[in-house]
Amino acid sequence: MPRTVIGPGTDIPYLSILDEDGGLDDELAPEFTDDLLLKGFRMMLLARRFDERRLKLQRSGRIGTFAPVNGQEAAQVGTISTIREDDWFVPSYRETAANLWRGSDLADMLVFDAGYNEGVVIPEGARNFPNAVPVGTQMLQAVGIGYAARQEGSDEIAMTYFGDGATSQGDFHESLNFASVFNCPVVFICQNNQYAISVPRSRQTYSQTIAQKAIAYGMECIQVDGNDIFACFVAANEAVSRAREQSRPTLIECITYRLEMHTTADDPTRYRDKEEVEKWKKRDPITRFDRFLRYRDLLDDDKLNALETEISDTIDDAWKEAEERIEKADGAKAMFAHILKEETAEQMRQKKQITNGHGGISGYG
Amino acid sequence: MAELTMVEAINLALFQEMEKDNKVVVLGEDVGWDGGIFRVTKGLVEKFGEGRVIDTPLAESGILGFSIGMAIRGKKPVPEMQFSGFSYLGLHQIESHATRLRWRSQGRFTVPMTVRMPYGGGVRALEHHSESREVFYAHMPGLKVVVPSGPRNARALLIAAIRDPDPVIYFEPKASYRAFREDVPDEEEVAEIGPAGIVREGDQLTIVSWGGMLPRALEAAERLSDEDGIAVEVVELTTLTPLDYKTIAKSVTKTGRCIVVHEAPLTYGPGGEIAARLQEEAFLSLKAPVGRVAGPDVHMPYFAREQFYLPAADRIVEASRSSLKF
Repeated sequence: MPRTVIGPGTDIPYLSILDEDGGLDDELAPEFTDDLLLKGFRMMLLARRFDERRLKLQRSGRIGTFAPVNGQEAAQVGTISTIREDDWFVPSYRETAANLWRGSDLADMLVFDAGYNEGVVIPEGARNFPNAVPVGTQMLQAVGIGYAARQEGSDEIAMTYFGDGATSQGDFHESLNFASVFNCPVVFICQNNQYAISVPRSRQTYSQTIAQKAIAYGMECIQVDGNDIFACFVAANEAVSRAREQSRPTLIECITYRLEMHTTADDPTRYRDKEEVEKWKKRDPITRFDRFLRYRDLLDDDKLNALETEISDTIDDAWKEAEERIEKADGAKAMFAHILKEETAEQMRQKKQITNGHGGISGYG
Repeated sequence: MAELTMVEAINLALFQEMEKDNKVVVLGEDVGWDGGIFRVTKGLVEKFGEGRVIDTPLAESGILGFSIGMAIRGKKPVPEMQFSGFSYLGLHQIESHATRLRWRSQGRFTVPMTVRMPYGGGVRALEHHSESREVFYAHMPGLKVVVPSGPRNARALLIAAIRDPDPVIYFEPKASYRAFREDVPDEEEVAEIGPAGIVREGDQLTIVSWGGMLPRALEAAERLSDEDGIAVEVVELTTLTPLDYKTIAKSVTKTGRCIVVHEAPLTYGPGGEIAARLQEEAFLSLKAPVGRVAGPDVHMPYFAREQFYLPAADRIVEASRSSLKF
């Protein structure tokens, strides 16, 4: 028998629970308290409205470039809500909704968006990584965290986020390989939002799915409807249990869509047509969740209006606070903070020269 | 003759060189249908097709390793690193292979590749989008590093880089991308890689700079002339390696004083090499230590403070006055 089939013998599971009209597959649906459902909804709506406000602030020159999350709220809230506070959150740079769930403060985020390093405030006690901008590079660190935690006898896990573009980087493949070879408790969340700036998913990989890449590394995988908060939650919850109880990694591919630009410096009309965006707007994760909550009598127009007002006020207050902080922010000397534990003598000399308004920093003058 | 921005001038160079030589291939993230995130490659895919203007998967190491292979097989690849701050994912393909294949194969295989990468601050960008790390590349044997400062020399220098038989890193000062226009002749202009240029003549002090800092160096020279009556000579390096230290030394032999201006952090920055050359080549002419106006030894701060980091014309003027008083 010179030629036969030896594997991989694995099908790619796909999960969808909440349809586009808000209808639920009861058999697959998880049990949630009303409070938790409403908390999830609020977080998704807050992320959306925060983005909309930031876009206005950016367009009027008050803050700099940022990467809108619009359209990916379910993929983030559905997954991040499955981990404990002492677990690790290792994001890329578009995880606004997940960051809010993990306790990030709106005013801090706005100070960051306005270009100040001190806007990066990791909430007390939280194991939240700051943004990683170079695409596809942070996942290996999540794997190292998971490995070390297990060696230290803890059952904490790491959940790391990235997009479809990141799966082309060598670091991504190294992450999956290390995680699987070393039995690391890591959940890889790929938000496949269909585009890496202008380059469509079809150009990123010839594979039918991104999920299947896990198979080559001997790792569990699943593809889910990423605009369905329940499917994201169920898949992530299973993966978290697998990580915590069996110390095995999982790759989850959330099929979603970036409804807005890559960053505010990008013009998506150059590379995709309106019809495509309209098609995805019909699958909007917030609209879908809204419909479900109305079926459950947890939401109506009055409640939604009250929530919108509360969110709008919250964002107003945050911007007010951010503006005050920006006004009081330190000048040049803040550049020297946190480079090393202790400033070097040379850094101190340079700081003195620059803050004294001296010209060169070259040792004389 | 047309008044072009640097973006348009680089685009023109790519257009003309691709038209002239069908071995030239442009590749990178978003360089095709998006026209590049800064629009430097705008219109190329429409004209030359997807075979020669390639939207690649998102993988810097992939883009560079793939380009090296193409170069060896007879193409003239012009890969783009979207920002120099992302080029480190591909740094090993440059250091381990692009710079070494000629040497390793005893001259049998060569890598005539031009890696374009925007560098430097001044555009209020996010982390990793504003650094100036030319020394990473300038420190590698087997590589040339060039930096234009304006539309006209950007066009001429890119054509020279593409035609060069060896790998070239072509740094694009993104702060100058659209800051000003220059007349760029329609007919081809090819720069010479290597020689430094005297962009302003003077005999009392030499300022050496390049890329995004050159406009500030010139502004400082103008102010020193207006306010102090000092005749400053400004030497522009469009090539960092191989370094034309003879031209710098000749200027400093005349002026006796030198200030080097760069965005990169001071310590182990390019100014150190230039100062070392000057004490070898012009020791007896020096009337003051060679000064350096540079970025401090910190990470480029987030954009609200980038102007504190970047050498301002004020700082160049101050340092020049200190040199003159020495």
